[in-house]
Amino acid sequence: MSTTSTAGHAHAGSRLYVWVWGWLLAFTGVEVYLAYLHLPVQLMLVLLMGISVIKAGLIVAYFMHLRFERFSLFLTLIPALVFSICIILIFFFPDSLRLNELGPPLR
Amino acid sequence: MAEARTHAIAESRWGGGIAPYAIGSKKFGMWLFIVSDALTFSALLVAYSYVRLASAQWPTPFPFSPAIVYATLMTFFLLSSSLTMVMAVSAAHRGEHRRAVGWLLGTMAGGTAFIALHLREWFHLIHEGLRPWQTPWAEWPNTPLFGGSFFGLTGLHMLHVAIGVVYLGVIAFGFGKRKFSSEDVEVSGLYWHFVDLVWMFIFPLIYLLSVRMA
Repeated sequence: MSTTSTAGHAHAGSRLYVWVWGWLLAFTGVEVYLAYLHLPVQLMLVLLMGISVIKAGLIVAYFMHLRFERFSLFLTLIPALVFSICIILIFFFPDSLRLNELGPPLR
Repeated sequence: MAEARTHAIAESRWGGGIAPYAIGSKKFGMWLFIVSDALTFSALLVAYSYVRLASAQWPTPFPFSPAIVYATLMTFFLLSSSLTMVMAVSAAHRGEHRRAVGWLLGTMAGGTAFIALHLREWFHLIHEGLRPWQTPWAEWPNTPLFGGSFFGLTGLHMLHVAIGVVYLGVIAFGFGKRKFSSEDVEVSGLYWHFVDLVWMFIFPLIYLLSVRMA
């Protein structure tokens, strides 16, 4: 087993890790910049969460090494997790807007 | 005959004799924990977003300096500690014990810097009058849920970082003493990167969506 993960590490040299780290910092900088633009809340949310998902993907794929593991491990862990989060979102978000939509305009 | 059958079961990929994912059970256990912890944080972030959307107003109290500057610095420390962590794992797999322990200590330093800055931010807000049940700002009256969600989310995350620093300390000590294997270092790395990953969502949702505009 350890031979497999050692072989995996051979794929991912230090330069790759530094490269990923640089991208993560760059994305963070973009997020901070975006926060100070006067954008509509929905657009801001989509942009910030989109970038955060990309950052999370980079961390999982390279730092947590999932890209170099068997594909079956990815299939076991990730799709069910994403599906569960989507279900929570679909279930709750329409209701969170109910208060604003029922009453007089608040903003 | 019976012996041959037992042998065949042990050889089957799903029979328990061979690891189906080609990873050790410690590593797989950590992955399962991470998935469940990811759902915990997802639920908390969704609950926070829910109350924020359902509230008539929500405080946006974080000034560029110090709050956003500090939170960005904290992100930098956490991301950099993830880099030192992968270096520690690589060194551990190469059998370089001293170097791996050095990288682990560097990772712990990054985590400690994160906690120190975060506590400073907490004490600053508490001094201003922020509590889990009330906000001190006159511009945003009747927004007690801000305090609850802020302390709840960042507190649970900070607890994860603190546990991670202790965990890495134990691993560094044991790996230096040759009691732990490189797989143990790798498994602790998974936990550490996950804590980093969670911050990638808390930082924009809690801080960047609540910046005080000039």
